[in-house]
Amino acid sequence: MKTKKEKLLMSGNEAMAEAAIRAGCHFYAGYPITPQNEIPTHMAKRMKEESRVFIQAESELSAINMVFGAAATGSRALTSSSSPGISLKQEGISYIAGAQLPAVIINVMRGGPGLGNIGSSQSDYFQSTRGGGHGDYFTPVLAPWSAEEGASLVMLAFDLADYYRTPVLILADAIIGQMMEGVDFPSKSEFKKKLPPKKWALTGAKGRPANIAKSFFLKEGALEIHNEKLREKWGKIKQNEQRSSTYKAEDAKYLIIAYGSQARIACEAVDRLRGENLKAGLFRPISLWPYPAAGLQKIAKNIKKIFVVEQSLGQMLDDVKLALPGKEIKFLGRTGGGIPSSSEIVKFVKKAL
Amino acid sequence: MNRKFVKPPSLRDAVTHYCSGCGHGILHRLVAETIDELELREKTIGVAPVGCAVIAYDYWDFDVCEAAHGRALAVATGIKRCRPESVVFTYQGDGDLVSIGMAETFHTANRGENLTCIFVNNACYGMTGGQMAPTTLIGQMTATTPQGRSPKAGEGWPIKFSEILASLEGVNFAARAAVSSPKEIIKARSYIKKAFSNQLENKGFSIVEVLSPCPTVWQKKPYEAMKWIDEEMVKTFPLGVIKDK
Ligand SMILES: Cc1ncc(C[n+]2csc(CCOP(=O)(O)OP(=O)(O)O)c2C)c(N)n1
Ligand code: SF4
Repeated sequence: MKTKKEKLLMSGNEAMAEAAIRAGCHFYAGYPITPQNEIPTHMAKRMKEESRVFIQAESELSAINMVFGAAATGSRALTSSSSPGISLKQEGISYIAGAQLPAVIINVMRGGPGLGNIGSSQSDYFQSTRGGGHGDYFTPVLAPWSAEEGASLVMLAFDLADYYRTPVLILADAIIGQMMEGVDFPSKSEFKKKLPPKKWALTGAKGRPANIAKSFFLKEGALEIHNEKLREKWGKIKQNEQRSSTYKAEDAKYLIIAYGSQARIACEAVDRLRGENLKAGLFRPISLWPYPAAGLQKIAKNIKKIFVVEQSLGQMLDDVKLALPGKEIKFLGRTGGGIPSSSEIVKFVKKAL
Repeated sequence: MNRKFVKPPSLRDAVTHYCSGCGHGILHRLVAETIDELELREKTIGVAPVGCAVIAYDYWDFDVCEAAHGRALAVATGIKRCRPESVVFTYQGDGDLVSIGMAETFHTANRGENLTCIFVNNACYGMTGGQMAPTTLIGQMTATTPQGRSPKAGEGWPIKFSEILASLEGVNFAARAAVSSPKEIIKARSYIKKAFSNQLENKGFSIVEVLSPCPTVWQKKPYEAMKWIDEEMVKTFPLGVIKDK
């Protein structure tokens, strides 16, 4: 794999996997599931080349718990899966959040519920942005809209995970995972803060008291104290880590809100609407948790109508409503692998004018 | 000669939360003694289970990692692969290791992970109030087999998991001991030492199953519980080395 600056043609899945390696990921464990199989395939080859650890686990459950152990040693650790497999990982993600360990989890979403299908979908939004597993916790969630952004967000995810000691989710949809495009790898992540030393890591109690990695707080009141500390951490993340971008939104009167692959399609719809002299624009959340409400509220002031486009029955829609109470919001949702075309979005916007 | 019975350095000064007559305390000590004898304290990372031994780290004075119920060997795999220079072991009950965690146990053993596994077989679920375990004896009464475990009633047979694991290529050493008498405790200690030494020699997966009394669930006095191991449990779970590659 070349490291000098040049565009490489690869799928979103491969770009995210390669970015993990460039971010210093030392441990990967995963279980095959479509549409993310290019990730373990890439990791199997590249981790060996780099003398790092690749394990094909016996299940997603095992993979996430291997990641728990790897993360506890202070190593950068990754697992990836798609929707049904991510459901299986939820207990482990909750433990990782509770024990305050850094880890990165990639979900390349497919259709659900149940076995659903292998088409693109954005229907794990609720699961991802509301904790996902049991207990009071959140995980930062980053949603790429291209293979290249997938790469840079994976690099960012490792830094966020280390800085805040938390599992970080990459929420991609099947289109982003499967699509091949040119990728220019950043040399490092955009994260600027200094990462703290991992004094908590399990390395053997040599010259220091024993370290314990745990999420269990049995003594009366101890868990409440722990959870309050976590609350403070989630608060900081909410304040510092909201990310979003816009397209032709400065003078827009009609704002489409979409993320991941749907934002790509919405972009085209914006151009077509502009071609018909309709002042359309796009707001694209990059962090889904924390939801970039502040950025959205700023733009939304001069907006006449809001249009939410999702590959779900309306999940991000809730966060838009929370951010913009009282605003008129129209929703276009396709599900079960259905993909709205830009014409469909144009028609949907024009119908509401 | 002036010999004093002292606690090994790898054991903390702590008040036990285990019931009187419980085998976990003896076994914690055997593990700590072995680690100290082999001078491994500073390079050991233990993995605690979910079960009565969930807070084993309150007693052991070395690095310990929690694991979700049944997942100790997956967690240990992650640790050991990242730190091959560390000595990594799991300590798990029969529910943890044979029931909910059977897949992790089986596949970790099959990969031949260079790990040490201490398997506490008390023929029941202690922590959750004495339900049936995969190792519960036929006829044994538990909270969920009030008539006694019956294969006819669809409750299955006790699983001899160490024997099953011993059939895997990845397993280097498998043995079953008991903490029911000084003689058996000494044997258990020698197996545990072997299981740790194997890891130092990169020999792969070693498991020591230990029959351990749970007087509370068994509703027996501590000495009766020990006797029950010697007279009843060993009929289903014979003691000794099962495999030594
Ligand atoms: C996912 C999950 N399921 C169930 C439990 C509840 N639980 C805790 S310990 C335990 C059984 C413990 O039995 P065993 O492993 O034999 O250990 P012992 O308590 O007998 O030492 C169960 C079912 C849990 N903590 N997590
Ligand atoms: S319930 Fe049984 S295994 Fe648990 S502490 Fe009491 S005696 Fe020991």
